[in-house]
Amino acid sequence: MSDTIEVDGKQYGVDEEGYLANLNDWVPGIATVMAAQDNIELTDEHWDIINFLREYYEEYQIAPAVRVLTKAVGKKLGKDKGNSKYLYSLFPYGPAKQACRFAGLPKPTGCV
Amino acid sequence: MSEVVKKFMYLNRKAPYGTIYAWEALEVVLIGAAFDQDVSVMFIDDGVYQLTKGQDTKAIGMKNFSPTFRTLGDYEVKKIFVDRASLEARGLSQDDLVEIAWEDFETEEEIENIVEVIDSARVGELMNESDAIFSF
Repeated sequence: MSDTIEVDGKQYGVDEEGYLANLNDWVPGIATVMAAQDNIELTDEHWDIINFLREYYEEYQIAPAVRVLTKAVGKKLGKDKGNSKYLYSLFPYGPAKQACRFAGLPKPTGCV
Repeated sequence: MSEVVKKFMYLNRKAPYGTIYAWEALEVVLIGAAFDQDVSVMFIDDGVYQLTKGQDTKAIGMKNFSPTFRTLGDYEVKKIFVDRASLEARGLSQDDLVEIAWEDFETEEEIENIVEVIDSARVGELMNESDAIFSF
């Protein structure tokens, strides 16, 4: 019996580390529920990163490593956001790992 | 950084699908990129098919990971080589291959396409210059 997460009365499968089993199942409510479990209330700044990650995955078929995420965010959303201090302030468990989980993506490639 | 930087070459010889080698090689390159070494990626034999444009994997039920090659520049991999003889033997040319851009965010230096088609003698030279070759 694999784990599930309940969002709006619907069950979604997740793996042993809490990542969504099926990328295509994702709805924004999943991010909200996962964040609440980590004691985070999602703000527009969080959504910027979550949406950015989903677009990145859509284009390149991978979730970026944190170093790459930081650079790419800096380019897309401005230098003041493209640094790990800012990203860690939003996602204290690691911007790539935690934000990717909220975004319904697999664990980032190159995350060691 | 004062540590010794080694020349790593990742050598890709196999077609993208049918075996797991091509995808595994790409993952190793992306993970290894975190270690700040001098990395090059070489495509020869059927490996040249990995970089072809317009791949469609729907009918074989595999993930199409060809878009992922375009992130190599983001991962600071700056040297991607393709053996010309392998391309020609398969009726392909550089026009059939994806373009991979590279940009230095600090200096804003940009290279539009880091994929370089080279002749066999150069392939041999580059292999000789490498400290380690990972063959997939």
